[in-house]
Amino acid sequence: MTTRDTLQDPTGCALGLACKGFRGRMTCMMPCAANGRQDPAELELRLIELGFIEGVELEVLHEAPFGRDPIAVRVGGATVALRRRDAMAILAE
Amino acid sequence: MTDQTQTRPTEIALVGAPNCGKTSLFNALTGANQRVGNYSGVTVERKTGQATTPARFALSVIDLPGTHSLRARSPDEEVTRDVILARRADTAQPDLILLVADATNLRGALRLAQDLRQIGRPILMAVNMIDIARHRGIEIDLKRLSHEIGLPVVATTAVRRGGLDALWAELDRMIGAGLPPHMPPQWVEPDSATLRAYLRESDRIIAASVRLPEVHQTLTTRIDHVVMHPVFGPIILLGLLFTMFQAVFAGAAPIMDLIAALFDGLSGVVSEALPEGLLRSFLNDAVIAGVGGVIVFLPQIVILFFFILMLEDLGYMARAAFLMDRLMGVAGLHGRAFIPLLSSFACAIPGIMAARSIDDRRDRLTTILIAPLMTCSARIPVYTLIISAFIPNTRVLGGIGLQGLVMFGLYASGIISALAVSLVVRLVLRRNEAEASLMLDLPDYKLPRPAGLALGLWQRAWMFLRRAGTTIFMATIVIWLLATFPLAPEGASAPAIAYSAAAWIGHLFAPVLQPIGFNWEITVALIPGMAAREVAVAGLATVYAVAGGTEGVATALSSHWSLATALAFLAWFVFAPQCISTLAVIRREAGGARWMWLSVAYMFTLAYIAAFIVYRITSAITGAITG
Repeated sequence: MTTRDTLQDPTGCALGLACKGFRGRMTCMMPCAANGRQDPAELELRLIELGFIEGVELEVLHEAPFGRDPIAVRVGGATVALRRRDAMAILAE
Repeated sequence: MTDQTQTRPTEIALVGAPNCGKTSLFNALTGANQRVGNYSGVTVERKTGQATTPARFALSVIDLPGTHSLRARSPDEEVTRDVILARRADTAQPDLILLVADATNLRGALRLAQDLRQIGRPILMAVNMIDIARHRGIEIDLKRLSHEIGLPVVATTAVRRGGLDALWAELDRMIGAGLPPHMPPQWVEPDSATLRAYLRESDRIIAASVRLPEVHQTLTTRIDHVVMHPVFGPIILLGLLFTMFQAVFAGAAPIMDLIAALFDGLSGVVSEALPEGLLRSFLNDAVIAGVGGVIVFLPQIVILFFFILMLEDLGYMARAAFLMDRLMGVAGLHGRAFIPLLSSFACAIPGIMAARSIDDRRDRLTTILIAPLMTCSARIPVYTLIISAFIPNTRVLGGIGLQGLVMFGLYASGIISALAVSLVVRLVLRRNEAEASLMLDLPDYKLPRPAGLALGLWQRAWMFLRRAGTTIFMATIVIWLLATFPLAPEGASAPAIAYSAAAWIGHLFAPVLQPIGFNWEITVALIPGMAAREVAVAGLATVYAVAGGTEGVATALSSHWSLATALAFLAWFVFAPQCISTLAVIRREAGGARWMWLSVAYMFTLAYIAAFIVYRITSAITGAITG
């Protein structure tokens, strides 16, 4: 899968692949159609409104019990729940 | 200024994210001078109140629905945006915006402040819940914050006496200095670059004016270690649900017996005081049996809503949605659907309205369509009546009560069929669809405030009582009239009801319902039961009371119905869409009458099929036993 390969590039790994306990800094946002049926531009706006911008500290606090999806992420003083598919749009290192 | 009371009150709008303590602040500002209504055209709660500042300025305060952003996505957020931008005819544009910020996390409010500034109205920022922030060791330099954001800033605590002093003083200062006249509001939707800039600016301001404690280990994170645990989390959720239903059924019983005894007593008084005749029949059979039979269920509804409101205020509901998201995803539902579906156990109407929090339209529609299948409290009277009449109070499988088991089975079939319908919708209509996104704020835990909880409970209880006094009362009267007139001729041999209009209507529809084992008396109770499910109980009570039975409804039923009919009746009630108010809410919330008709069609079809199967199978088994 090409998308997965590009996610391993030097800009970091996708938050959608991170395990519980992951701590890092967000490097960039790459929303694409594979993130779900939401329009990528709208997805980007919503993620920014939740507090995801480049440079912000991230920590994966919890994984949901079934299939370890969604995840709860600490971002900029707030805790938000995201499906892994949405979190794929966020790259962190 | 000399006489402030002569001038128009200053319009103040409270704007802020959900969970920032906005409503508590509103309550503290306005006290008892509140009015709750609706915005025209949408069912969004419109809360307004009056207040007077220490310098005797009159204020008209409006508590706008919680919003994260002016880029509104739900009907509630649209209301907030439209009021602020003077786009609503029913609400004046605020003279002053009171932006409520959560002191423990200023980031979102600072972003919103920058967006609001475009509009050109004066903004006062209230850094709310400052006591909690101080307790956590968060230090906020208010002067610096005000300087950096360029707005007046005050710290507030809605729950403490004197917590609003600074806010009152600043309001007096701003109004006293004179507010600018209204101009056409200007606002353009921010793009991603603007939003990023807002957020960076917020981070800069926070870095300059807020000092966070070294260790970040709040009570919330410690509780979440257990509550969000992959193993303990679901166990705790299950335990909470079990406790809730246990409280609803076991806890409410003594109060319900009391209310029932009260109505029995009342009926006895009426019988003593009035001679046998139409008036006595009307009071006892229609008013007391009908309305009383419904009011008995008030304790169960109050207890159910107590749990739902408390879990909501506590901040647990978002966690439940997080834990259940994947499991519900299997049936094609969104994690956020957990809250609407749980509320639907109390009543489908608040449940369907809670579905607004699901921002994906198709996920929301699915949730709205299946919400009425959850066993709402209006079904409880029907289930209780039939179970007590037909299911022996014995114990099976080592001590489990058979009656309780049947009740559990009915709840389970509601849940299972709701999930099955959703699954079918997903497999048939939404097969190639990508997943919608789930974005959920997990707020810090907060102890619910008793006053707010009591107010919420009172509003729910009042809504129920008003319904019992209007819809159900009217329906009961209609049934009584139909079942009583025309009067039986002198010296008639059959019971009086056999000559009534009800009998005629019942016989008319009988051929349709006969295959599922319903006699004409049931048909008579079902037709007005379209208005509300509980009416069916009142209807049966009236029909059998008028039919001459002096014994209780349950005994009357057990002598007139076969077991197969009774079980078919239960199966019918699991599915049948017998609640006009719910259908009206579906039409409004789903945005079209076709969704309402779709619900009516699919639920009646399921009801008929289920009742048919249950009737045939039970008939075959009981027939085999007796034959």
